[in-house]
Amino acid sequence: MSRIVRFLTRRRGGKGWHWTDIVTWTWLVGGLLIMFGPAVWLVGSSFKSPAALAEFPPTILPYVTQKVTVEGYDKPLDLYEATLEDGSTVVLAEVRRIGVMSQMVDPAKPGEIIKVNIAKRTPVREMSFATENYTEPFTHFDFVRYLWNSVFVTVTATLITLVVNSMAAFALSKYEFRGRTVAMLLILATLMVPLSVIMVPLYSIVSALGLFNSLWGVILPTVATPTGVFILRQYMLTIPDELVDAARMDKASEWQIYWRIILPLTAPALAVLAIFSVVWRWNDFLWPLIVLSRKELYTLQVGLSIYSGELNVQWHFILAMTVVTMIPVVLVFIFLQRFITTGIAGTGLK
Amino acid sequence: MRMDESGRSGLSQIAMMPIHFLMGVLDAPLRWLQRATGINGMAAFFLLPNMMIFGVFVLLPFFINFAYSMTGGTALFLPDRSFVGADQYARLFDCGSYIDPGSCAEDTFWTAVRNTGWFVVLQVTLMILVSLVTALILNRELMARSFWRAVFFFPVLLSPVVVGLIWKWILQRQGLLNFGLYSLGFDPHVWLNDRNWSFAATIGVSIWAHMGFYTLILLAGLQAIPKDLYEAAEMDGTRPARAFWRITLPLLMPNLLVVVVLVLIRAVQIFDEVYVLTGGGPGTSTLYLTQYIYETGFAAQLRNPGLAAAASILMGAVLVVLTLLQLGLGRSEKKGGRK
Repeated sequence: MSRIVRFLTRRRGGKGWHWTDIVTWTWLVGGLLIMFGPAVWLVGSSFKSPAALAEFPPTILPYVTQKVTVEGYDKPLDLYEATLEDGSTVVLAEVRRIGVMSQMVDPAKPGEIIKVNIAKRTPVREMSFATENYTEPFTHFDFVRYLWNSVFVTVTATLITLVVNSMAAFALSKYEFRGRTVAMLLILATLMVPLSVIMVPLYSIVSALGLFNSLWGVILPTVATPTGVFILRQYMLTIPDELVDAARMDKASEWQIYWRIILPLTAPALAVLAIFSVVWRWNDFLWPLIVLSRKELYTLQVGLSIYSGELNVQWHFILAMTVVTMIPVVLVFIFLQRFITTGIAGTGLK
Repeated sequence: MRMDESGRSGLSQIAMMPIHFLMGVLDAPLRWLQRATGINGMAAFFLLPNMMIFGVFVLLPFFINFAYSMTGGTALFLPDRSFVGADQYARLFDCGSYIDPGSCAEDTFWTAVRNTGWFVVLQVTLMILVSLVTALILNRELMARSFWRAVFFFPVLLSPVVVGLIWKWILQRQGLLNFGLYSLGFDPHVWLNDRNWSFAATIGVSIWAHMGFYTLILLAGLQAIPKDLYEAAEMDGTRPARAFWRITLPLLMPNLLVVVVLVLIRAVQIFDEVYVLTGGGPGTSTLYLTQYIYETGFAAQLRNPGLAAAASILMGAVLVVLTLLQLGLGRSEKKGGRK
């Protein structure tokens, strides 16, 4: 045992613990709890029944009161452990509660009512995962619709982003023409025009084009991202121009050069942009909130925010839907985290 | 084709067939176009879709925003709106005293300005401190560094709505925070019903959600500092604190400045997670500028697109200054690198 402790506390360089080591590990372990704790708590809570969610203090794991069907009663009754007047404890089912007195029956002898003070009974509880939090939204709410809308927006916008931005990047990296610098500057300048600044006129343009209350109105304004052009162009600049010249000698058309030569060689950069684009479009909120006002068109993010803003928030559904909304991004995080972190560290772009 | 890959690439070839077909069909008219325009003319063709989308959805709105800010009424389309000159701006700036939002004609605007101001000052300071400390710690000799880096990066990918809901759930009456306090013997508190606490919550939550991103940039900067500088300092008997002030901080400064400006630009525009977490409340205690613009332009009973446009142009002016600052810093950083 002490060897394990010694192994775990061993420091590089064989020196003892310095105060900075203590700060480091406190910060890291604290960080682990603060960063993951809230999300884990959310996932845990999403399996609790509405009754368990309303409890305070809450339990860590989901518990529900055990129920039992008693002869002569239609509904299943809650089971309680009650202390009787003679001091013995028995397990009884509650029929009804009047004031501080609870009328209970022994499940084995349903005929006889026993009165117990509610202070002298505690519910018999068992662990149970409320999976209906996940299954019910699929039938009750338009949850499937929202999910589908989000998937449609994300996939379509990402595909268009890849095509449109790679074409522009191809033009800006492999051709000499007048106005190339102007075009490049124009694209970069749009980094300075965030949505929050132009949302009023953008809304009127989207409406004028008949795209209000349409998923295309969500998709189109987002697809020409300057970041995408920038990433792809930087990558295409590293592809030797000789390849393009050789293809022209072989009578390839410019379109074929783009499609057959440049795109396959740009695959790594396209993959990075695709990952970014999926995360961006999946998470988009303000613009869909403005463009979509019909319920059946909401994306997951808009639907969640609307339902969670209602007066009587149905937290058990909201929590489960939030978990579902998190899943794609968590998958990206688990499998592609390294890709993204090196991408950000390399370009400083998000 | 190598044998071991043939199965997989066979499948992907079938999947790509419609796309290849489509591109092949496109080739004939495009060859014709190429004959008409010449090789360099095709550059315009490749640029066109992107430029059209830029033009329609970014440049055009950018310019007509100015026109909007000079019109009045509730009509949506510009031709239906009446020209009012600088009235909208005058209304925004019509104040008895700029320090007291209550004395202004458009008091919610000034409340939003004041809230955003405080938010930016506090959030940016704390964000830089927290990210810097985390980056410094991750830059030490650590077991499983990439794991720890991922830990702090995790919330960056979450959607703002999810972030808002996660914390709304924790800060609510029966939430985890109250549970913790209760277990320690303190009284529970309804955090988001309290003006000060909900303001603090918006700062804390936005730092939680984005610090990993800035930590990553700072960490990249720290790892670019040559290790032999520290070895030389150690040989000269320099204390670590002095090494930090004399080596780490000056060499990290370009990255740090870029991060400061990035955090600033994002902080000024804060909206999504706050809107879900507090909805701007209680009262107007967490009402920030973007939400003011959104509500004035779209959500309010009597919406006023002209006023929203004027406010958004004022915010845009601040952002342009900050972005130019960033570009300037980026340039001087490159020059510094060449020295």
